[in-house]
Amino acid sequence: MLRIPCPHCGTRDEVEFHWHGDAHVIRPGPEVSDAEWSDYLFNQNNPKGLHYERWCHTFGCGQWFNVARDTVTHEIHAVYRMGESPPDIDQ
Amino acid sequence: MKGYSTFSLIRNALGGHRFWKPVWRTPEPKDSYDVVIIGAGGQGLATAYYLARKYGIKNIAVLEKGFIGGGNTGRNTQVTRSNYFWPQSSAFFDHSLKLYETLSLDLNFNVMLSQRGVLNLVHSHHEFEGLRRWANAIRINGVDTDIVTAAEVKEIVPLINMNSRFPVHGGSIQRRGGISRHDAVVWAYARAADAHGVDIIQQCEVMEFAISNGKVTGVETTLGKISANQVSIAVAGHTGVLAGKAGFRVPITSMGLQAMVSEPIKPCLDTMLTSPVIHMYVSQSDRGEIVLGGGADVYTSYAQRGGIPLLEENVAALLELIPAFSRLRLMRQWSGIVDITPDTTPIMGMTPVQNLYISGGWGTGGYKAIPAGGDTMAYTIANDEPHSLITDFGLDRFERGVLIDEGAASGVSH
Amino acid sequence: MKQPYRIAEGGRIDRSQPLNFVFNGKTYQGYSGDTLASALLANGVRVVNRSFKFHRPRGILSAGVEEPNALLGVDYGRGMLPIVRATLMPLIDGLRAETQGCFPSVNFDFMRVLDYTRPLWPAGFYNKVFKWPSWHVYEWAIRQAAGLGRLPDGTDNARYRHMNAHCDVLIIGTGPAGLAAALKVARAGDDVLVVEQDVEQGGSLLYDSVKIDGQSPDEWRAGAIAELQACDNVRMMLSATVVGYYDHNVLTIHDRSAAYRHENAVETFWRVRAGRVVLATGAIEQPLMFGNNDLPGIMLAGSMHQYASRYAVHCGRRIVGVVNNDLGWHSIVALHDAGVEIAAIIDMRDAVNEQLIDRARQLDIDVHVGAIPICARGSGAVKKLEYRDSSGRDKVVDCDAIAVSGGLNPTVHLYSQAGGKLRYDEELACFRPHECRQQVAIVGAANGEFATADTYNIAPRKRSPAKTNAQWIDFLHDVTASDIELAVRENFLSVEHLKRYTTVGMGVDQGKTSNLNALTLFGELTGRRPGEVGTTTFRPMFMPVTMGAIAGNHLGDFYAPAKLLPAHDWHAARGAVFDDYGGWKRPAYYGDDREECIIRETLLVRESVGLLDASPLGKIEVKGPDAAEFLNRIYVNTVPTLKPGKIRYGLMLDENGVVIDDGVFIRLADEHFLVNTTSGHADRIAAWLEEWHQCEWPDLDLVLSPVTAQWAVLTVAGPKARAVLQSLPGIIDLSTENLPHMSFASGTFDDGSVYRIQRVSFTGEQSYELSVPADRATEFFDRVWQAGEPYGMDLFGAESQMILRLEKGFLHVGADTDGSTNPLDIGFGRIVANKKGDFIGARSLKRAEDQRTDRRQLIGFEITGGEETVFAGAHIVTGNGAGRRSEGFVTSACISPTLGKTIGLGLLEGGQGRKGQTIQLYDDGKVVSAKIVDACFYDPDGERMRG
Repeated sequence: MLRIPCPHCGTRDEVEFHWHGDAHVIRPGPEVSDAEWSDYLFNQNNPKGLHYERWCHTFGCGQWFNVARDTVTHEIHAVYRMGESPPDIDQ
Repeated sequence: MKGYSTFSLIRNALGGHRFWKPVWRTPEPKDSYDVVIIGAGGQGLATAYYLARKYGIKNIAVLEKGFIGGGNTGRNTQVTRSNYFWPQSSAFFDHSLKLYETLSLDLNFNVMLSQRGVLNLVHSHHEFEGLRRWANAIRINGVDTDIVTAAEVKEIVPLINMNSRFPVHGGSIQRRGGISRHDAVVWAYARAADAHGVDIIQQCEVMEFAISNGKVTGVETTLGKISANQVSIAVAGHTGVLAGKAGFRVPITSMGLQAMVSEPIKPCLDTMLTSPVIHMYVSQSDRGEIVLGGGADVYTSYAQRGGIPLLEENVAALLELIPAFSRLRLMRQWSGIVDITPDTTPIMGMTPVQNLYISGGWGTGGYKAIPAGGDTMAYTIANDEPHSLITDFGLDRFERGVLIDEGAASGVSH
Repeated sequence: MKQPYRIAEGGRIDRSQPLNFVFNGKTYQGYSGDTLASALLANGVRVVNRSFKFHRPRGILSAGVEEPNALLGVDYGRGMLPIVRATLMPLIDGLRAETQGCFPSVNFDFMRVLDYTRPLWPAGFYNKVFKWPSWHVYEWAIRQAAGLGRLPDGTDNARYRHMNAHCDVLIIGTGPAGLAAALKVARAGDDVLVVEQDVEQGGSLLYDSVKIDGQSPDEWRAGAIAELQACDNVRMMLSATVVGYYDHNVLTIHDRSAAYRHENAVETFWRVRAGRVVLATGAIEQPLMFGNNDLPGIMLAGSMHQYASRYAVHCGRRIVGVVNNDLGWHSIVALHDAGVEIAAIIDMRDAVNEQLIDRARQLDIDVHVGAIPICARGSGAVKKLEYRDSSGRDKVVDCDAIAVSGGLNPTVHLYSQAGGKLRYDEELACFRPHECRQQVAIVGAANGEFATADTYNIAPRKRSPAKTNAQWIDFLHDVTASDIELAVRENFLSVEHLKRYTTVGMGVDQGKTSNLNALTLFGELTGRRPGEVGTTTFRPMFMPVTMGAIAGNHLGDFYAPAKLLPAHDWHAARGAVFDDYGGWKRPAYYGDDREECIIRETLLVRESVGLLDASPLGKIEVKGPDAAEFLNRIYVNTVPTLKPGKIRYGLMLDENGVVIDDGVFIRLADEHFLVNTTSGHADRIAAWLEEWHQCEWPDLDLVLSPVTAQWAVLTVAGPKARAVLQSLPGIIDLSTENLPHMSFASGTFDDGSVYRIQRVSFTGEQSYELSVPADRATEFFDRVWQAGEPYGMDLFGAESQMILRLEKGFLHVGADTDGSTNPLDIGFGRIVANKKGDFIGARSLKRAEDQRTDRRQLIGFEITGGEETVFAGAHIVTGNGAGRRSEGFVTSACISPTLGKTIGLGLLEGGQGRKGQTIQLYDDGKVVSAKIVDACFYDPDGERMRG
């Protein structure tokens, strides 16, 4: 079971959180092509290894934040707030 | 395929079983093949088999980074059914079920297809309306399904708790649905493909694709470079990783899907039982184990490990429906990596790279699609155009926005 | 009662407390402190079970968790629990045990015929046969033969619960290594949890006599436990097995400390978050392979030692030891010391430490070094052992038990679950822990530190010349050496293939006594060292866990707690029949007969006035300078033009352009909105809005506040609605002039309580939604109820509301739309076209696919004349038979009580251009005709709701 360090509340069990895919996705404007729009809408980074992703501490402070997590070992390398740049992770 | 029969078993028993032949060879990889298929799971091996048998292509390799059937083929809960809402899904999965129905004889290997029925439960008046929409669609698609009353559900599953938190209002059953033996299916295809001259190369991981002018020409592997006219990806769980190596993005999230089994007991559950509300599916294997699963873990994962929250949820769901199992013990839990697509329909056919094909995004439903997936991908590779059953399953559907969303239409996912 | 194999004195049993128990119908006696296994052995019961596949007689092999044979049905008040390990089952007075896999009895089993025809059933035989005409012909018989036990009858009277724990250090196992580790961390002041699966701490200290730190094991053990018990920072658990080791150092414990009771049994499933874990899980002695090595009476030497000194039980009168390591000698000498005759020690090694030989000779034990066991003989129980001595001569020795020791294998299951890698140790001939990324240490025998003998010398396993199909590797699954040979011959070269093909190690014991022998033989046959063969990964559970414990109390009402209305009891007292609506328990209707009640309630609202509890209606307040801009990006509809006090209907889409929710939004003030969502989506939409605000538009200045549960909502609808509400003292003027349709007001009643009122209609009648503080819901239901009395007001439920809205053609998102419906499909094309600025999903609507006019679009239909009707879920079809094709489906339908005919809504390909056409509706093989009409069947001009 993941133990996730919420940047606001401290470390809690994964059941208090919701995961929602890639962090740092830029939402394109309405002028983009179908291909660009579908890339934003559907395609995923889905890396095997280090993943920058968004989580929400739903059953806690309710805040969204970013997590740098390894998708194989599930090790959490860093958590950082929305709007902050992704840290360099030395694996 | 020949070689296995009651007669041969008796004859070999008399000879101390010393004369059985290898089920497959252990070939050295050649420098070049007509077709290279990446992934020796059910999908990849079935594709190789049909390519060799139906299309006469003899120079085929299946490359496997681990061992035959070691991915999702060997980790799933063995469900086989074809009751789908959308006509294109029904047509595809029913083709698969029909191939399954004769597979043991066709491949001369008992895959233990047990058509004991797949029973879906509904738990309220309003769900019943949804069920009716779904069941009527399936029937119009030409696939068998029966709506059953609550009393009939009780007859089919005597152990069921009718007054669970969500009381049982009825359900639908596809009587041709059921379970089979996953290892047997993949071994059967491996043996048959090998007999048709396909080289199955285990412990051989694809590191890179050789692509020139937008066209694939081969692969770099841990055992060296292998050139190929055509390459097909069939690596459930790792489709995104391989697509990335080939230079394109796919709408796939890899997640852990857990399964678990109890200690084996005498027969007490004769049907495959599923409930979308009490989110769980369960059957009893021929060996006697109660086999259950539920939803996928809700974050990206390439770890084939079980976790605690879904373990507790799935077991609670099972006991809510069948309280009599509370004193059984859970023996083992594990997890497979499933490729989830936005519409839970697979991605099959062509890719942005010429002569590179894809069969992925199987989500939780790849096992039941093994024969049809292999058959249609073989056609697709042999003709360099999608088989008519999979034209709507192409990667291009996302750009066009033409999803085939089984879950959205019926609340029942693949 | 006699216990013929009980040693006269000693042991940790309490002879003052004799306990009676029944095994296979016969009554026996044991003592408190016995396990079921030790009590059976004390009574000389040899055959306790029949094997899974061949129904060979089997006896107790071990004294612990690794037991593959003594898996019995046991009833001590919780029903006949199947597959209970007799070696771990504490003896309880009145316990009944039975063998479940035999017919008619454990001593004579007809199914033994399978054993006599064994060559016909090699590994994987079922893959090769039973194909024609189909598997179904054979499956029934195979299923009947499978299964290790039976599902218990009756209801489960035990309680199950979940518990949580945190600790700095979790110590698993309390043998010498575990206790030493516990003392160390306890003295350092760490918060320590010490878990032991046995009924008392000590592990090997409970039977082995080797001194520790110059003290007797008893003394040392007592001192260690006393010190730990005195520490405030130490918690200790007994009868608790750590079964799972998961990510981030979270582990699960199956706690049976209160389980072995006739009544009020409790099992607990713990989740422990541990800073560090110390695995002191010991090692498991392995059997040796020779002919008929599964005969009852053949047991692990260390287990025999344990039975003798801990339980004061002899496992035989004349024992032969068969060993390949020093530890085996140690156990056999201990058996001699306990008073058993040792017929011989057969050591497979070519050379053995002279001291061991001297010691054995002093004790008059016949020693055969460099000998190889060939075959055990006996029917039902072992009678003699054939062996080949070092000079190559075959000999026979009489015996009634054989103590085998194939060396130790560390118990690394949890280490492997934690992601730990193993490596094969050539010297110790076993798999040892290597490296692990989690915070885990592994100590003592679990780490290959086999400290019991001064030197632990072991020879590689030697192969017995016996027929390989009589040499058992996996007792539980009846796998023999010949099965491994067959797998190799057929080219199953991966260890996973070996496991799956032969089923070795896949039983309920997860191969605790079979994996090592299987891998070693597999390696030999394929010319590899065991280390090159590798191992399979161990999975949770270390030992199977009662499913009730895993579920805890998350069953029944706690499976998915329902949301109850604040005035739930008030409705219940008035005959409400509740149903589940998006997680809420709401009155479906009031009264007995469903159909009759729904019709009555519908007509009541049309003709007079009705009261509905609409409290689950989703309510989210949005406040701040950018509230209007934010909502304008959310809704398909235009938001900023809405005036304060006014209400507008809106649609929400997901980014793919699909309709996900609808409802009204109200401008309470310039910078303050109230968003209504459908009741089932309230939580999801609130979270979704938060996500957009926090992640995409954090620059917008506003706060979101879900207030669904703060307000109870009383909907009063019908021609007399205004009259009823106007009579409430202190309410504002409700006239249409003052509060027209789609407007909002708030105020205070005469008693000072606040209310909000919005004039909106989901029924098509004059309708007001009165919101009051939820904690006073019952009081206000009473007040409105009294106000309605003079007007003949009554209650109506969710079902009649669905009919009322259907008669009006109002959309029910989720029923009348599905996961592909966009706003253009339901007639919102003009609103989309007029919308200025981007909103969620807008870009998706520009795709050619979304603009197609032959998409499934919302229609209304009616069936006039005749008795025919149709239900939601029917399909709109063309053609028939195999040529039948679905063009869409009925999403809502009813026989309208108001209009006296069947009406409905549906999604139909190109439906918007097909008004007036006749369509065919297919349901369950039956087809009826209907006509496409406007999707508003009642009061199309809306005069009734505006009036």
